Amino acid sequence: MRTTAARPRGVLTRLLELFLLPVLLIALWWAGSASSGNYYMPTPDVIAEKFREVWISERFFVDVLPSVGLLLSGFALAAVVGVALGVALGLSPRARAVGEPVLEFFRAVPPPVLVPLLMLLVGVNTPMKLAVIVSGCVWPILLNTIEGVRAVDPVLADTCRCYGIRGRRWLTTLVLRSASPQIMAGLRQGLSIAIILMVISEMFASSSGLGFSIVQFQRSFAIPEMWSGIVLLGLIGFLLSVLFGVAERYVLGWYRGVRAASRGE
Amino acid sequence: MTRTANTSPDAAVGAGANRALLGAAGVAGLLVLWEALPRIGAADPRYLPPASEVAITLGGRLGGATFWAAVGDTVAAWALGLAIAFAAAVVLGFLIGSAPRVRAFTTSTVEFLRPIPSVALIPLAILLYGTDIRSTLLLVVYAAFWQIYIQVLYGVADVDPVADQTARCYGLGRMARIRYVVWPSALPYLMTGLRLGAAVALVLTVTAQLVIGSPGLGQEIAVARSSGALDEVYALIVATGALGVLVNTGIRALERRALRWHSSVRGEAL
Repeated sequence: MRTTAARPRGVLTRLLELFLLPVLLIALWWAGSASSGNYYMPTPDVIAEKFREVWISERFFVDVLPSVGLLLSGFALAAVVGVALGVALGLSPRARAVGEPVLEFFRAVPPPVLVPLLMLLVGVNTPMKLAVIVSGCVWPILLNTIEGVRAVDPVLADTCRCYGIRGRRWLTTLVLRSASPQIMAGLRQGLSIAIILMVISEMFASSSGLGFSIVQFQRSFAIPEMWSGIVLLGLIGFLLSVLFGVAERYVLGWYRGVRAASRGE
Repeated sequence: MTRTANTSPDAAVGAGANRALLGAAGVAGLLVLWEALPRIGAADPRYLPPASEVAITLGGRLGGATFWAAVGDTVAAWALGLAIAFAAAVVLGFLIGSAPRVRAFTTSTVEFLRPIPSVALIPLAILLYGTDIRSTLLLVVYAAFWQIYIQVLYGVADVDPVADQTARCYGLGRMARIRYVVWPSALPYLMTGLRLGAAVALVLTVTAQLVIGSPGLGQEIAVARSSGALDEVYALIVATGALGVLVNTGIRALERRALRWHSSVRGEAL
């Protein structure tokens, strides 16, 4: 990627690179769906029309916003719990040795199987969905934080000790900072699991929300509406990933600088 | 997540047996807590049956043929889905990764498709294939493909330019360069992709069975839940967790074997 970016290129090439393939694919889809007349494969204009009709309405506030809010609050909660616990466990080798097999087990449980259990325990409501999201996406965050914290450069740790850097400053300037590449990797994994779980918890047991609506459309054979829901979910996933990328660039700016410097660029 | 085990500064504490002992203590502690909470009344036994009861239920299940048929279905769908995703991702990753121009044209599409949650495809899968194994495969392949593909792309891009130039100077052809230069540099990335993909594939396999109702452990859990048999639900969750642990350890062993020559693994012996 570096080599291609280094070459000076025109705006036109850049635009072509960005849009050529997507446009081609949509055109292919259009041609394919229009000629086959397949009931399950509506043409893009029908989907776009339904998208406007279904989602750009009060449904956006009733179904979409609460779902996204749920997703984000679950993810934030998992991030706080995961990083806090991860730092604690990462700093204490003994606690880590005790906890490791148990953590490995919990991480290996596919998160969606907790949905039926939590439905029975908590009931079908918002706390249940929140619990599902947190219980699923906390593991990659927790385990990556542990790894990041234990990989803190010992020389830097000694330097901090020599200069008497302790407490909060030590935590924020040394521990969290040097663990941040791993923490961000964990958060990224956690985010995609959070989306999956948000949808699953709504598909399974809910009377509102994005996941519920999509299943509802499918059951009533409202195919273009169902497709528009899939597209919306895709857009949400894409948007969150872009936002995360921006946040990551901001948080890890120093790290990319260090890496580039060590490569001698 | 795998390779820091013996290289970290605190390796002294976790030396061998001691570490295993502490780990066992952790597991035992959890089991005792799980047994005690419902027994002393701190948790409602209707909602949290004691560990021993769940163990007995699980034991009973282990003796039955339905359980093993479900495990077989789950493992088969997982393995098949992962294999398809792996093959497609490696072939496409090498083809597109080694042609920077093509890669530039595909990046925007990949970056758009990748974050689409594969559960969004559940309704489509139901419509197309019903509860057939193919609907499970659709989700699993979609989810696992991107994990592996992205890693392969990074791996192919990470080839040491000096090594590549050297190979060219010695007159190695395109295929030979792929075999002796690109493949070894991409392999660590590929194995990481396989590990991530395997975990995601298992999650999606169970999810599909749970939500769509294709046969397997997920479906068993859904059935147990709808009949209100909570100890069954717990027992099956423990079983899926155990399956997950097996998958993780298996893939890690494979990773260590395939990368014996690589410094990240060789370093572990020190």
